[in-house]
Amino acid sequence: MTYEFDFAAVLEYWPLLVQGTWTTLRLTFFCTIFGILIGAFCAVVRTGGPGWARHLVGLYVEFIRNTPLLIQSYFLIFGIASMGVRLPILVGATIALTINIGAYTTEIVRAGIESIHRGQLEAAECLGLSRVQTYLHVVIRPALERVYPALASQYVLLMLASSILSSVGVEELFGMANRIQSDTFRNFEVFVVLGVLYLILAVIVRAGFALLGLALFPRRRKLGTPL
Amino acid sequence: MNMTFIISLLEGLWGTVVLSVLTFIFGGLAGFLIALARISPVAALSKGTAVYIEIMQGLPLLVLMGLCFYGPGIFGYDSLTPLQAATFALTLYSSAYLGEIWRGCLQSVARPQWEAAECLGLSRWQRMKTVILPQALRIATPPTVGFMVQIVKNTSVASLVVGYAELSYNAKIINNSTFQPFLYFGIAALMYFAICYPLSVQSRALERKLNVANR
Repeated sequence: MTYEFDFAAVLEYWPLLVQGTWTTLRLTFFCTIFGILIGAFCAVVRTGGPGWARHLVGLYVEFIRNTPLLIQSYFLIFGIASMGVRLPILVGATIALTINIGAYTTEIVRAGIESIHRGQLEAAECLGLSRVQTYLHVVIRPALERVYPALASQYVLLMLASSILSSVGVEELFGMANRIQSDTFRNFEVFVVLGVLYLILAVIVRAGFALLGLALFPRRRKLGTPL
Repeated sequence: MNMTFIISLLEGLWGTVVLSVLTFIFGGLAGFLIALARISPVAALSKGTAVYIEIMQGLPLLVLMGLCFYGPGIFGYDSLTPLQAATFALTLYSSAYLGEIWRGCLQSVARPQWEAAECLGLSRWQRMKTVILPQALRIATPPTVGFMVQIVKNTSVASLVVGYAELSYNAKIINNSTFQPFLYFGIAALMYFAICYPLSVQSRALERKLNVANR
C-alpha cells in the first residue's frame, strides 16, 4: 500500500463543508414541516374523505412510492425549467423532496389513524364532538403519537436522501463535496469526510426528533413509556 | 418520440434489472449472515454487526458508492468496473437493512419454539435449520418482497458517482439531447413503476395472507 492519505487538503475547504451542511439541514427542516402537513392531510383524506379523493391520494402515494426520487426530481426540476419558469434551485428541490416524503408520511400516518380504536370515535360522538373536533383531538394526535418512531426514522432517511438532489445542482453537503473533489482530486478522502459528517448529521436529526417528541407528546412523557 | 430513444431506455432498464438482481443475491447472502451474527450469543459478534448496521443506515447511498468506487483503488484493485463498484456498494447497503429485517423475523418466532428445540437436544445449527428458519421464512417473505422495491429504486443513484449506465442515466442522456423532460423522464418513471408496483402489490397480498393464518 503506497497511497498517502491527505485529509488536510480536504479539510482546508471547511467553509464549503459548513455551508453545505447548513443547506442540508435547512432543506431537511422545511421538507419535514411541509411533509408532515401534507402527509397528515392526505392521510385524513385517505381514511375519511369522499371516494374520488381517496382514490386520488391512493394514486399519488402509489406513484411516488414506486418510482425513484432521482427520476421524480429530474421530472419535476428539468420539467419546470423546460416550461420556461425560473425557480430558485433550492425551492425546486424543496418541492420535489416534499412531494416525495409526503407520500411516505401519508402511508405512515394512515397506519396510525387506522390503529385508533373504534370505541374512541364512538365516545367522541357521544360527547357531541363535531367531525373536525374528533379528528383534531381524538384521531390525529394519538395517531401521530403512535407512529412517531416510524416517522422519525423516515425523516432521517429523508435527510440522507437529500444528497440525491445534488444531481440537479443543489449545493447541499454532497454537492459541495463534488466541488472539493474536482479541486483537490482527493476523491477517497472527500468521501470519508462526507461519511463522517453524514453520520453526525444523522445522530443530530435523530436527537432532534427525540427532543421534539418529548415536547409534543406530554402524555407519553407522564406515562414514562418510550416514544 | 423516437424509436432509438425508446430502445436506449429499454437497454437502461436491463441495466437496472441486472444490478437489482445482483444486489438482491449478494445483499441477501450477506444480510442472512448479518442477521445470524446479530442474534449470536457471542457479544463481540452481535455488537460488531450492530455497529455495522448503525453506520450503514447513517450513510447516504451516494457516499457509500463513492467509498466503494475509490476505496479499492487504494488497496491496489484499480480495475473495478462501474457495475462491480455499484454492486459492492448496494450489497453493503442492503445487507444492513435486510439483516435488520430478518433479525426481527428470527426473533419473532415464538420463544417456546427455541426452548423446545433446545430441550430436544438439537444443536444450535440443527435448531436453526429445522425449527426456526422454516417458521421465520414465512414471516420474512412480505417485508423482503417489499424491500426489493427499495433495491430497484436505489439502483437509480448508481449512475451518479460510479457512472453505471442504468435507466435513469440513459433517460438523462436522452433528455440532454432532446430537452423533453416530461416525455422521457415520464416514460422512465413508468418503467420503474412497472417493476416496482407488482412487487408492492405482491408484498401486501402476502402480508394479508399471513395475517389470516395467524388469526
